Amino acid sequence: MSAAPEPSPAASPAEPVHVSRNYLNASYTVRSWLLTVDHKRIAILYLLGVTLFFFLGGAAAVLFRLELMTPQADLVESETYNKLFTLHGIIMIFFFLVPAIPAVLGNFLVPIMIGARDLAFPKLNLMSWYLFMIGGVFTLWVTVAGGVDTGWTFYTPYSSTYSNTYVMATAVGIFITGFSSILTGLNFVVTVHKMRAPGMTWFRLPLFIWSHYATSLIMILGTPVLAITILLVALERGLGIGIFDPKLGGDPILFQHLFWFYSHPAVYIMVLPAMGVQSELVAAFSKNRVFGYRFVAYASIAIAVLGFLVWGHHMFVSGQSLFAGMVFSILSFLIAIPSAIKVFNWTATLHRGTVAFDTPLLYAIGFIGLFTIGGLTGLFLATMAVDVHVHDTYFVVAHFHYIMVGGTVMAYLGGIHYWWPKITGRLYPEGWARFSAVLVFVGFNLTFFPQFLLGYLGMPRRYHVYDAGFQVLNVMSSAGASILGVAYLFPMCYLLWSLKYGRSAPANPWGAVGLEWTTPSPPPTYNFVETPIVTWEAYEYPGSNPAEVAD
Amino acid sequence: MNTEFQLFPDAASTTARPVDQLYLSLVAFSAAMSIFVAALVIYLAIKYRRNNDVDRTQRPTHASTEITWMLLSLPVLVFIFIWGAKVCFFLLRSPDGAMPITVVPKQWMWKFQHANGRREIDTLHIPVGQPVRLTMVSQDVIHSFFVPAFRIKRDVLPGRYTDVWFEATEPGQYRLYCAEYCGTNHSRMVGKIVAMTPGDFAAWLSGASGDDEPPQVAGEKLFEQLQCASCHRAGGDAPARGPSLEQIYQRPQPLASGETVVADDAYLRESILRPAAKVVAGYQPIMPTYEGQISEEGVIQLLAYIKSLGSVEPAPPAAAGTPTGEATVPQGAGRLEDQR
Ligand SMILES: [Cu+2]
Ligand SMILES: [Cu+2]
Repeated sequence: MSAAPEPSPAASPAEPVHVSRNYLNASYTVRSWLLTVDHKRIAILYLLGVTLFFFLGGAAAVLFRLELMTPQADLVESETYNKLFTLHGIIMIFFFLVPAIPAVLGNFLVPIMIGARDLAFPKLNLMSWYLFMIGGVFTLWVTVAGGVDTGWTFYTPYSSTYSNTYVMATAVGIFITGFSSILTGLNFVVTVHKMRAPGMTWFRLPLFIWSHYATSLIMILGTPVLAITILLVALERGLGIGIFDPKLGGDPILFQHLFWFYSHPAVYIMVLPAMGVQSELVAAFSKNRVFGYRFVAYASIAIAVLGFLVWGHHMFVSGQSLFAGMVFSILSFLIAIPSAIKVFNWTATLHRGTVAFDTPLLYAIGFIGLFTIGGLTGLFLATMAVDVHVHDTYFVVAHFHYIMVGGTVMAYLGGIHYWWPKITGRLYPEGWARFSAVLVFVGFNLTFFPQFLLGYLGMPRRYHVYDAGFQVLNVMSSAGASILGVAYLFPMCYLLWSLKYGRSAPANPWGAVGLEWTTPSPPPTYNFVETPIVTWEAYEYPGSNPAEVAD
Repeated sequence: MNTEFQLFPDAASTTARPVDQLYLSLVAFSAAMSIFVAALVIYLAIKYRRNNDVDRTQRPTHASTEITWMLLSLPVLVFIFIWGAKVCFFLLRSPDGAMPITVVPKQWMWKFQHANGRREIDTLHIPVGQPVRLTMVSQDVIHSFFVPAFRIKRDVLPGRYTDVWFEATEPGQYRLYCAEYCGTNHSRMVGKIVAMTPGDFAAWLSGASGDDEPPQVAGEKLFEQLQCASCHRAGGDAPARGPSLEQIYQRPQPLASGETVVADDAYLRESILRPAAKVVAGYQPIMPTYEGQISEEGVIQLLAYIKSLGSVEPAPPAAAGTPTGEATVPQGAGRLEDQR
């Protein structure tokens, strides 16, 4: 029950154990970073990579939001506009949202949270970073060399026959990066199965691990389909083999089936890890066991499985039969249930907890609000009759930004703040951090809420010029985007500042439980001085709500 | 026409009302849920804040609590689904007797043709109070026919017919957008729908028709020009090299492969463009392919001509003069098969 006898993790080696050697100061050479097989250092390498891509993808958004201040074309030509939104989508999805949480926070935390010294395949882990960077830099180079204008969705036959931009080169970049995703997924699955510390049973795992496990399954099963799809487009574009273009005897809808068979589950590659972070944040800042722990864990798996069965909801107006549409519609409604379970359980975790309003909790609360709106508007899109009207309009754009930015980016930032002391051994200025968290929330809503209205009014997405009646809402959205842009720069600044000037962090600055808080900040190269033996349940805070009763 | 600032779109078709009712109910439901969640989070977070002295005794969580939530959410979801499905059936199934119009867009324009042959580009005149049914096929990439004021949208695919129907309720001009990204000038692929009273529309339709011929007339000319008749002619002394086209529309055709296929639009279209794919039993696969030699409009005209030669069962009235789209074709039947 609640008062666990002896070593309660919260009470274990708490205050600054001054281990002089840690993973950061183990060696300072460039070589020691570029050839490292330490999962923590690889996480840092990923952090640098995804941060670079985030700001590049953001820069593209700044440009087209500026362009959209007026209905006419004034800043850029249509070709450029189309390349900008394509660049934004590709970079943000494949090079930021998909890797952000798993490859940075997951890489750093999965081994530590289960009491392991590293991931199962450390060299594979390094290789996956190289694949990621090669794919990313290649894609960037393509952009500089001329760009691509198909949208991140690459719909055929536009992409396979008609576009005369660098479709193939971009696809190669994404293809390569896909393998980094697959390798990361494999690594996590094997690690969670084989490398848990003694006593760390499946139901003692933090929910962060459960959600990363579910994510890894999707990465392993879904990403190859993306690779195959890209290959097929290449065959058609390069060799003229008819697969998607009806003029060559192909079927353009086949592409959409293949593409969404990966890309809908990919939404959960982006969201499940965020849900894992969210569970950690809510538990740590209400000093309470996550309400309905097992249900949250099972919900992750349910989402991973159901996520593969709903791709057709992207094709309600594509010429899919009415009955196929109905089946995809009802399955899409069903997938709302596991997500709703999570939202209710996070909320219920606050009940009778001890709530501390530190920065990570502000992000977590923001996440609940924005993810709820994102999820509920998903119901609109699952309802075919409404989807017919709002499909391919700004309503969809707003919806997925509430999920991807309101959900994933909020959780990512919350997680970065929560584990920053652990990762760097430094504390950041709390005042600035709280201010930025609030600013992100305000800027986000101002940017994307007007887009719901624009969508129902009928403004199609990917429009460079638009009707004058849409201008007011577009100006609001652009104004919000400028606030959001600034709000994202703040953490960048004060977190960097903290590396040099921040107070050094104790092993457990938040008084949180979890194995990562039992080891010094920053952790030693092999994470633990001794392999921990786990005798406690997950989130076993003193007086926290006990494990659920099966009845 | 979306030139003034609005917060809610014009509603000008019979589908707009049911869609709006469903949408607004979802908005109300979502707003209630969001406010409930937000209020609960804020209330709990403040009540149980660190330094507040409140009772924090925990009780064990029961699995039944979670299961109750799940079971409670099910009827709500099923209710929304059924309501949505009902509206959807109305939205997607065109009523009998709808006025046929063909739409053949390409990068970046909308081309329309009325049953009497009158053509338009980027503007479509229609009568109010009369269901209109568009049969659409793209000349190049995927486009999407979207009229916000009517709450309808349908993708226009290359190589396959899709259709959409609507009934305008208010005379006026409404925006037409291409909703599927289709290249450089995607955002300029806009047009307008001019809804007129039936009297005005009849006058408009008959006036200024000029040299636009009805599709079946143009189709007959094309038929002659391509010398289709040298093989597909009933009667004559020598056995014909191709099946007769008299009354072929909607007639089941036995294939050389032993299967049977109904000679619907999709089949006829395929047999013109890729004749070798499904050869009628008893004939040699000698017909040349017309892929790339006839425009989509040409194919539609040929189909109109073939239909004018009669059909076994009375074709649905909606289909007269234009191909029927996919509502009458099972899923996939209209899809192009790989050429062997
Ligand atoms: Cu989806
Ligand atoms: Cu278009």
